[in-house]
Amino acid sequence: MSKRELPALDLVVRDAEIIISCGSGGVGKTTAAAAIALHAAALGKRVVVVTIDPARRLADALGMSDGLNNEPTLVNVSDQPESSGELWAMMLDPATTFDGLVRQYAESPERAERILANGFYRNIAGALSGTQEYMAAEKLYQLHRDERFDLVVVDTPPTRNALDFLDAPATLTRFINHRLFRLLMLPARKGLKVLNIAAQPVLRTIGKVVGGDVLADAIAFFQAFEGMEIGFRDRADAVAELLHSPVTHYVLVASPRHDTVEEARYFASRLAESKLSVAAVVINRLQPRFGTGTTEEAHVAEATALAAGDTALAGLWRNLGELCALADAEEGMIAPLVAEAGSAAIHRVPLLAEDVHDLGGLREIAGHLFKVSDFGG
Amino acid sequence: MDSLQFFGAARLVIVAGKGGVGKTTVTAVLAQAAADAGLRVLAIELEGKPVLADLLANTSVEVITITAPEALADYLDTHGLKRVSKRLATSGIIDVVATAAPGIDDIVVLGKLKQYERSDMYDFIVVDGPAAGHAITFLLSARGLLDTVRGGPIRTQAEDVLEMFHDPTRCQVLLVTLPETTPINEVIETAYSVEERVGVQLGPVIVNGVDLGEPIVMVDADHQPIHAGADLLAAAEYRNHRRRCQQTELDRLSTDLALAQIVLPQLAVAGIEPTDLAVLAVALVRQIERLPS
Repeated sequence: MSKRELPALDLVVRDAEIIISCGSGGVGKTTAAAAIALHAAALGKRVVVVTIDPARRLADALGMSDGLNNEPTLVNVSDQPESSGELWAMMLDPATTFDGLVRQYAESPERAERILANGFYRNIAGALSGTQEYMAAEKLYQLHRDERFDLVVVDTPPTRNALDFLDAPATLTRFINHRLFRLLMLPARKGLKVLNIAAQPVLRTIGKVVGGDVLADAIAFFQAFEGMEIGFRDRADAVAELLHSPVTHYVLVASPRHDTVEEARYFASRLAESKLSVAAVVINRLQPRFGTGTTEEAHVAEATALAAGDTALAGLWRNLGELCALADAEEGMIAPLVAEAGSAAIHRVPLLAEDVHDLGGLREIAGHLFKVSDFGG
Repeated sequence: MDSLQFFGAARLVIVAGKGGVGKTTVTAVLAQAAADAGLRVLAIELEGKPVLADLLANTSVEVITITAPEALADYLDTHGLKRVSKRLATSGIIDVVATAAPGIDDIVVLGKLKQYERSDMYDFIVVDGPAAGHAITFLLSARGLLDTVRGGPIRTQAEDVLEMFHDPTRCQVLLVTLPETTPINEVIETAYSVEERVGVQLGPVIVNGVDLGEPIVMVDADHQPIHAGADLLAAAEYRNHRRRCQQTELDRLSTDLALAQIVLPQLAVAGIEPTDLAVLAVALVRQIERLPS
């Protein structure tokens, strides 16, 4: 088989160093990422898949039942005899990843500990809008440079907007460059020991709203952070560059529901604006079709069976008609996405009777994703 | 239970659930059914593209959107900070403040909900809650802020919101899920978290997209397999299997979670339209009537 006849995802898996699985929550992004990684490992690649908040059964399937583990663990795929590759899996722990960055860029261990213990820092590490997204990108950057892996497959956080992931490095930079940040840094730079809050109208106002303790924590944080912002900024730039590099491929995941289709279309248009392209579109959870007949034909056959007094046969046709109508409705719903996908191939995955709870289930998904007949949609 | 009793249980209802379970549809169905029962209804969207307004256009339901930045600006205005509020918002300082005490953006939204709940302008207020994993953080913001903010207006706001949460006649949370393994696992976990950590009353769990119906008969009157095409039989087999799986999940939900269930049927449509909403509202009322008084 020539390379061009392979399904698009197969080409991506062969060429990419990074694959990012994106889409709205609940569409099966994590499962798609895991299935792609498993397939790549079967092709002989050394793959690591980074998951974010996976469903319990998927975590079990990947041998991550023990919960959050910020380091990759080798998954036992020994039941896959042809495989000479490796599958590693990890769950992202954003706070631990952030702590690691602080330790790396702090000028001394004491300074690092001072930051790590600060209440304001803990809030940023845990809740700054974009922290989870940025840490996913940061982890991707680290793993990409890790000699152990040929391919990094990343699941994206279930944010309100899938784009937060792409924008995360810029969000962090913007935060660090913020005017208020510089204002708070000022006393540290001038060597003043005590910051006179009352002298700063803006700080006074903020203090009124959130209370003095919170503000004092913030000031202490910014003072301890002084000098580290350049390292953080350069790193954020490098991460952003990697997200936009040709070795990084984006796989859009959607399900046949209006909102996830709209989200995927929007994401695709934003990727195009950034001169990035969608390598493949995965549509999960589709109602399977039985045979090639139309809904209309099923209705006619049902009426004929009823007229002949065969209620059982009519019942079978009614069921086929209902399932067919559902599949039609879904096809209508995904039509705009399919039409706009352009060069990206559409990969359809039927709704499976059961959740993925072992490697066999993941292989079944991978089988649908890497089916040659799906090429071109 | 009749509709008036159901919708009169708490004035403010927050609909919550993971992404993809049909939270917005359920919010719209609740709003329509309450309006059909003759109540003055307000439906509130918190984020995303406005969908509810279109869905509920032909009903008496009033629809508004509350966003965190607007709620915060409004909050500052009404707390003697009008002079600086615009500057704080436009300079982006608000974002940094929100970082200093995470949950501030949530608490001002919750404060706004509380304002409507207290206003007496509506009999039933239904909120399309935050999506994805945000629902719990949203509901927990009040408690979290009590720990971090030790004084000032934000603390007062948090205390007022907690008071509302703890009064089941004022506020309830309705969880939405799907009849599948992972969504059922997640809704059970969420229910326990919400009850233990937020202390808010949970209403019935709403299971969306349920394929209801008797098993499709695959034998004739003499219990012999029907002679029919392979596709027909495979389709019937598939449908019966799906329905059995869904029933298993619904049973598991009943066993593991001591909350009443409301099931809404799956509709074969490409996106919910106002006419579909009416169908679902009728189904909802029928389910409500089956609940004990």
